Amino acid sequence: MDEFEPRIVAFLCNWCAYTGADLAGTSRIQYPPNVRSIRVMCTGGVDPIYVIKALLEGADGVLIGGCHPGDCHYQSGNLKARRRMAILRSILEQLGLDPDRVWLRWISASEGKLFADTITEMVQTLKEKGPNPMGEAWAI
Amino acid sequence: MSVKAVLEVKEGDVVAALREFLRRLLEAKVVDALLVPVELPSGDAVVQTLIKDPDKLANANPLAPVMMVNSAKLVSNLTRRGNRERVGVVLKSCEMRALFELVKLQQATLDNLVTLGIDCLGSYEATQYAELAGELDDGAGSSADQLRGAREGQVVPMDGYEFRVACQICEHPIASNVDVNIGLFGVDTETAILLEMEGEIGQEIVEKLGLQEGDAPGREEAVAKLVSGRERARDEAFARFHETVKDTSSLLAQFSTCIACHNCAQACPICYCKECIFETDTFRHPSDRYLLWADRKGAARMPSDTLLFQLTRMNHMVTSCVGCGMCESACPSDLPLTLMFRAVGDKVQELFDYLPGASLEEELPVATFKEDEFPEYK
Repeated sequence: MDEFEPRIVAFLCNWCAYTGADLAGTSRIQYPPNVRSIRVMCTGGVDPIYVIKALLEGADGVLIGGCHPGDCHYQSGNLKARRRMAILRSILEQLGLDPDRVWLRWISASEGKLFADTITEMVQTLKEKGPNPMGEAWAI
Repeated sequence: MSVKAVLEVKEGDVVAALREFLRRLLEAKVVDALLVPVELPSGDAVVQTLIKDPDKLANANPLAPVMMVNSAKLVSNLTRRGNRERVGVVLKSCEMRALFELVKLQQATLDNLVTLGIDCLGSYEATQYAELAGELDDGAGSSADQLRGAREGQVVPMDGYEFRVACQICEHPIASNVDVNIGLFGVDTETAILLEMEGEIGQEIVEKLGLQEGDAPGREEAVAKLVSGRERARDEAFARFHETVKDTSSLLAQFSTCIACHNCAQACPICYCKECIFETDTFRHPSDRYLLWADRKGAARMPSDTLLFQLTRMNHMVTSCVGCGMCESACPSDLPLTLMFRAVGDKVQELFDYLPGASLEEELPVATFKEDEFPEYK
C-alpha cells in the first residue's frame, strides 16, 4: 500500500509567509509537495470559516503563515489572527476534534528555509497522526 | 450610590404590586415609556410591549416564566439609532448581559435607558408555558410555589414541567449593572418586594414614588444557596457534555438532525450580522462543481453546510455567548445547543478571562489583542 500523503491547505500572507515560500522555491530548497498554498493579503483576514471548511472537506492539516509579531504590514492583523486561531483551536479541542491539525506559524519573507522546514515538520507530524477522520466521516 | 427600598405587596399578589410600581414610574414621569412583557388576551403567551399609556399596563406581567425573545434584541431596535425619550426596560439577567454585549458590538446604546432588572425564577419553553398557563395561580403569573421557593433560594418547576436547559444551569439569576433591580430571592413576597437601585435614578425613584427604604435580611443566604445549586448542575452538565462529545463521530452525531434552517442564529441576541455569510452566495457554487466533487469522491454531501454553519457561528460569537439558550428554544430539531455553547464558551472565554455581559470596560476578545499573549505560536 502507498504511504499516506497528507494534504495541507496553507493560507499564506502576501507580505511574509507567501514571499518566504517563494524564496524557498527560487533558492531551490526542497520541501514535500503536500501543500496547497492560498495567498491572502493578511492572516488577519482569514476567517475561521475557511479553516473549518478545509477540515470538513478532508484537508489533513491547515497552516496559517503570517508575519512575525510586530512585522505585520497592516500593524496588527497577525495578532488578531492569533486570537482567532486560539479561539478556533480551543473550540476544536472542546468538541473532541484534533486542534493540532491547525498550525499558526510566523514566517518572514527572508525565511525560505523556515518555510521549507515548517512544511517538512508538518507533513511528518500529520503522517504520524494519519488521515483526518472528518474527511471520511463527513463525506458519507 | 445605591439605595434599597421595599414595595408593599397586598394580599400576596406580587404581579399586581409590580404593575402598580410600573404604573407609578410612568405616571411620575420617571420614564416616558416602558418595555415590559404583557399577557396576550388568549392567556397562553406574553409579548414584550412598549407602553406609554399607564392604563395599558393592566395585563403587564414581568413575572411570567417564559422567554419568547431575548429582549436585548428589542432594546437594540429601540436604541441603535439613538433614543430620544427615557425608556424603562424590564430585563432578566441574560437579557441584560446580552444587552451589554450588543452595546460593545455597537448595536445598542444605553442613552436615555432605565434598566429594570428582575430576579429570574426560571422560564419554560413557550409551548410548555402555553400549556401550563391555565394551571398557574393567577392565570399567567408565576405560581405561589415558585415564589415561596425563591424566598428559600430553591426554585423547582411545576409538577410535570421542566425549566429551559439554559435556566437549569444558569448561575446568574440576578441581573447586574441595572439601574433598578426587582428582588424576589430571599424576600418574603407575601408582603413585600425588594428594590435595589443605583445612582441618581435610584434617588429620583425613591423621591418621586415616595418609597420606603428597607431590606431583605435573608437575601444573601438565599442567593448563595440558589447559585451554588446551579453551579453544581452546570458542572455536571458540562461533564456530561464532554463525556458525550469526544471525537469526530460523536460530534457529528450531535448535529445529524440539523436541518440548516438557521433559526438559532435568528433567535440569538449576539448574532446580529444583517447579512450572514451563510445567507450569501459564498458557498453556492457553480452547478458543475458539485458534479466534479461527486465524481472525485464518489459522492458529495448536499447540503454541505450544516456542520460548517454551526462551527462557524460558534467561532464568530461564542466569546460573547451569555447562555440565554434562545438558540435551542428556536431549534426544530432539538439540538443540544445551549449546553454545547455554554460548555465550549466556558473554556474559550477563560482564555481571555472574559465574562460576557459583566462590564462595558472589558473589551470584546475578538476586537482587541495583547502583544505578549499566546507565546505557544512561534
